[in-house]
Amino acid sequence: MGLDLDFTPVIESFPALLDGTMITISVTIISLIIACVIGMLIGVVRSNGNSVLSCFFNVYVSVIRGTPLLVQLFIWYYGLPRVGIMLPSFLCGILGLSLYSSAYISEIVRGAIQSIEKGQMEAARSLGMSKRQGMTKIIIPQAIVRMLPPLGNEFIALIKNSALISLITIHDLMHEGTNIISTSYRDLETYLVIAVIYFVLTNISTFILRSFENRQLKSQAN
Amino acid sequence: MKYKAVTLEKINKFYGDNQVLKNVDFSVNSGEVVVLIGPSGSGKSTLLRCCSGLEIAQEGDISVCGQKLLNDGVLLGDDELNELRQDVGMVFQSFNLFPHLSVIENISVAPVTLKIATKENSKKTAMALLEKVGLANKANAMPANLSGGQKQRVAIARALAMKPSVLLFDEPTSALDPELVGEVLQVMKLLAKDGMTMVVVTHEMNFAREVADRVVMIDNGIIIEQGKPDDFFTAPKHPRTQEFLHTVLNA
Ligand SMILES: Nc1ncnc2c1ncn2[C@@H]1O[C@H](COP(=O)(O)OP(=O)(O)O)[C@@H](O)[C@H]1O
Ligand SMILES: [Mg+2]
Repeated sequence: MGLDLDFTPVIESFPALLDGTMITISVTIISLIIACVIGMLIGVVRSNGNSVLSCFFNVYVSVIRGTPLLVQLFIWYYGLPRVGIMLPSFLCGILGLSLYSSAYISEIVRGAIQSIEKGQMEAARSLGMSKRQGMTKIIIPQAIVRMLPPLGNEFIALIKNSALISLITIHDLMHEGTNIISTSYRDLETYLVIAVIYFVLTNISTFILRSFENRQLKSQAN
Repeated sequence: MKYKAVTLEKINKFYGDNQVLKNVDFSVNSGEVVVLIGPSGSGKSTLLRCCSGLEIAQEGDISVCGQKLLNDGVLLGDDELNELRQDVGMVFQSFNLFPHLSVIENISVAPVTLKIATKENSKKTAMALLEKVGLANKANAMPANLSGGQKQRVAIARALAMKPSVLLFDEPTSALDPELVGEVLQVMKLLAKDGMTMVVVTHEMNFAREVADRVVMIDNGIIIEQGKPDDFFTAPKHPRTQEFLHTVLNA
């Protein structure tokens, strides 16, 4: 019962895997950017306490975090057409991933903002700055440095979670892999190669984020 | 000219059920240096913070430089309050420098943000202020690389950059190592000599004796005694004042 490994079909289809990888990368980056914008907004509002908007966002965050990403993706892709909204699968993937990630990012943003000492805002206010000016000039620049490491983790998680969009017919890395398996039946080999590609993607990202963080830290410590 | 820089009338301030300021009447003349003393938890910080609108007293009236900050327990509107705060400088026990900004940026960030001065002019002003507090050579340092005494002197320069009419100090030397207290007090003496209106919460009784025009004792949210430093320190009347001075001076 020797293990009979044959990577030829995977290697022959490597261009398809690369195409899928490009889709995975672009969906992840676009989603991350959108998620950062939404997450920043929600995080800032929620860190400021008890407005109606902040209550609404509380519900948003707990619903998004309390339900599986796959279910959310299916709702956007299969559910929305039932109410007359038909989006291309690519957009559904971006919508699903960015909303999902925005909830987590908003928590990162809120945590970072609330971790800044109370005296910082007080000093800003006592100089005559408005709350908004204190936020943009004093609090957020400090909070961003504290956000970077957890945001990096979120980005890594997003790359891995993006494999789920293959289930709403987006031709990402995972989807291309499944295609190879359906013609070659080389499932172990294909999944191994895909795993390696995801591993490389996440580790390159980690490396880039680390060096970015270090630069930030250095520039602050002068 | 002896107009009032700060006036508090019948101030009552509560945290929940806990009444922290009890019917406090307090005023500061323009150019006057008032030292506020009292045991921990007596309401000194709260009183200062009410003067700059960082805390809201539920009852009473507060005026700063002729403008009503608190009218029968109602605080001034946001925009006007922000503007009024430019006139009331605050120096905190924990410095509260902005760690992401260099020393000179700490001083110029508010004038620039509030469009009181151009970037260029505010840098010039900031340099002049650094000169004044003896830290011109630290203009480009980051706060993390300063000693406590240097930090507090930068914080004073930062407050001065707004050209306030009153400067409030909340235990400015309490967080400092003993050998660094002097340099901060030195700067404060300089300001007093320049005629700055100051309210100083401190346990530095020598400073009070030397610099204050008036010493005010607050205990349990009540102003129980005040007077010229000479009278106040040689013959305190209230037993609580005697007791407090005894513990502080023999510490
Ligand atoms: N944010 C707050 N919430 C509740 N109680 C407070 C708060 N700040 C101060 N206090 C209470 O008010 C009283 C006076 O405090 P404070 O003005 O800081 O005194 P001091 O500066 O004289 O030490 C204390 O009993 C303190 O516990
Ligand atoms: Mg205090």
